[in-house]
Amino acid sequence: MTAATGTPSPEGGAPIELAGAGGRRGLVRRTLAGRTGAAGAVLVAVVALGALAAALGLLGDPLAQAPAERLSGPSARHWFGTDQFGRDVFARSAAGAAASLQIAVVAVAIAAVVGTAAGVAGAYFRGWSDRTVLGVTNVLFAFPPLLLALALASAFTRTWLTVAVAIAIVYTPIFVRVARGPVLTLREVDFVRATTVLGFSPLRTLVRHVLPGIAPIVIVQVTLSLSWAVLTEASLSFLGLGTPPPAPSLGAMVLEARVLVNVAWWTMAAPGAVIVALVVGLNLLGDGLRDALDPRNGGGR
Amino acid sequence: MIARHPLLRRVLEALATLLGVAVLVFVMLRAIPGDQVTASLGTEAAALTPAQRAALEAYYGLDQPLPVQFLSWLGAVATGNLGASQRTGESVLDMTASALPITLELAVLSLLIGLVLGIAAAMLSASRPNSARDAVGQAVGLAGLSVPAFLLGSALLALSSRFLGYNPNAEQFAPLTADPWLHLQQLVMPALVLGFGLAAPIMRTARSALLEVRSQDYVRTARGKGVGPRRLALRHVLPGALVPIVTMTGLQFGYLLGGAVVVEQIFSVPGIGRQVLLGIQQKEYAVVQSTVLVIALTFVLVNLGTDLLYRVIDPRVRAA
Repeated sequence: MTAATGTPSPEGGAPIELAGAGGRRGLVRRTLAGRTGAAGAVLVAVVALGALAAALGLLGDPLAQAPAERLSGPSARHWFGTDQFGRDVFARSAAGAAASLQIAVVAVAIAAVVGTAAGVAGAYFRGWSDRTVLGVTNVLFAFPPLLLALALASAFTRTWLTVAVAIAIVYTPIFVRVARGPVLTLREVDFVRATTVLGFSPLRTLVRHVLPGIAPIVIVQVTLSLSWAVLTEASLSFLGLGTPPPAPSLGAMVLEARVLVNVAWWTMAAPGAVIVALVVGLNLLGDGLRDALDPRNGGGR
Repeated sequence: MIARHPLLRRVLEALATLLGVAVLVFVMLRAIPGDQVTASLGTEAAALTPAQRAALEAYYGLDQPLPVQFLSWLGAVATGNLGASQRTGESVLDMTASALPITLELAVLSLLIGLVLGIAAAMLSASRPNSARDAVGQAVGLAGLSVPAFLLGSALLALSSRFLGYNPNAEQFAPLTADPWLHLQQLVMPALVLGFGLAAPIMRTARSALLEVRSQDYVRTARGKGVGPRRLALRHVLPGALVPIVTMTGLQFGYLLGGAVVVEQIFSVPGIGRQVLLGIQQKEYAVVQSTVLVIALTFVLVNLGTDLLYRVIDPRVRAA
């Protein structure tokens, strides 16, 4: 973000150079070469694999009850133990991670597409479209993020998609800001102004010449926003407004564990560890990407 | 634009934002299935004849066009009529008047904890970049960013009541005037949870600001004239890094107001966040609508205040 909002100095020019196909492959390689980025990628991959296995039904039914085995500790049979109904906590945590990731990915995808499009259009065309975009952005920024998500989630009939939309609305203005700043700079750069002289349509200029320039910072923002979206979804579930039951969700599991934790610590530790691993992973990955993009670091740390 | 003066423009901008906030809150309430008629009668609403229903709608003003409804609602809100709870009949203004100070108190306490923790971790990190201590400081920052408040709060409450037998929040909440000591104890754990989350962004901002200031000429001069390391860090480097730290802290106020919903729920603190959540759970939409509006108003005013304060601290901003 810091490098992107700069003026077209050597540093500010970096995102533009990265636009080439080779540059972007280099970005992934440089991110994974750094310790931060690699650690983040590993954490995210582990949780995502577990979530994928749960989504494919490889880990057993997270809703299957076994009263005889209730509240048994971690064992070879139940890696994370069982809960008050004898349900397998590992299967439930993995399924919860899958639900979290589904909501977070959809929410951030909507926010990134809508926010970036609005930010780019506003900054490129200026005038009333820019003022409208900024006005809406300011209004959305006037709410504390979690509170807005809460209010929106309570206004809709609750399904996983409406939770995702509520989170998307909260994060859209962030993408507007992230995209708008660099585009204000980019539209004055010679190679973009030249497209007007060459008679390109604004759409072609935006898609072919402006978007690639801001892609790297949007990618970093996507990674960081994913970690916030996971946290927001878990917080909403904890408050009873996230993923609707009976589907397992990490936040709701922590809520249920509050009365169990004295006799069965694993019921809180397992979903908690999954949330923290996922969020730490996404944060590290985001930091790694940012370091890789920062021309002041010779790639990685 | 008529308003040339940047200060006046900033205030007008805040007013326009508030109007937008009011529209959004109004629209959100209208999006909820059902209306005031069904909300007040519950299942009995199904037995209403069309004529009775029309009469009730007229009574609540629901037969008016939406813009008229919005303006009359806005007029009521502007004169302090925030509606009342359907359940208890208590006015939302009274409820807010007792809840908001508690949340603000919690916010100030969290802010102090966050600043102390964040700046301490940052000074530790920045004192020797890329060393083991830097790693410790950065790990604290990452943990604050990644451990959600609801998890930290739940775990803290469980651990302290299990192993220390200490849980002041199990008792009825004590108002500041009734039992200040118990009141403070009841706010400490929620403030610790929020403060820990707050410390992370403060730590990250402070670390990079400190590193930047450390390399400046005046710091080298101070070191050259024989200022000791402790005095150098506290009297020369830290003040130079304060502006970005203050800005970052101001920006985090929204996090505090949102996080208050979570920790007030966990620790049974009767603040404004709990008022919203209870309103949502009990389907008291008038309470939710007004309370969300009050919180957004508080947030906009704090942001405006930070902005104005910033103009006072840094003369360069005044010119811009």
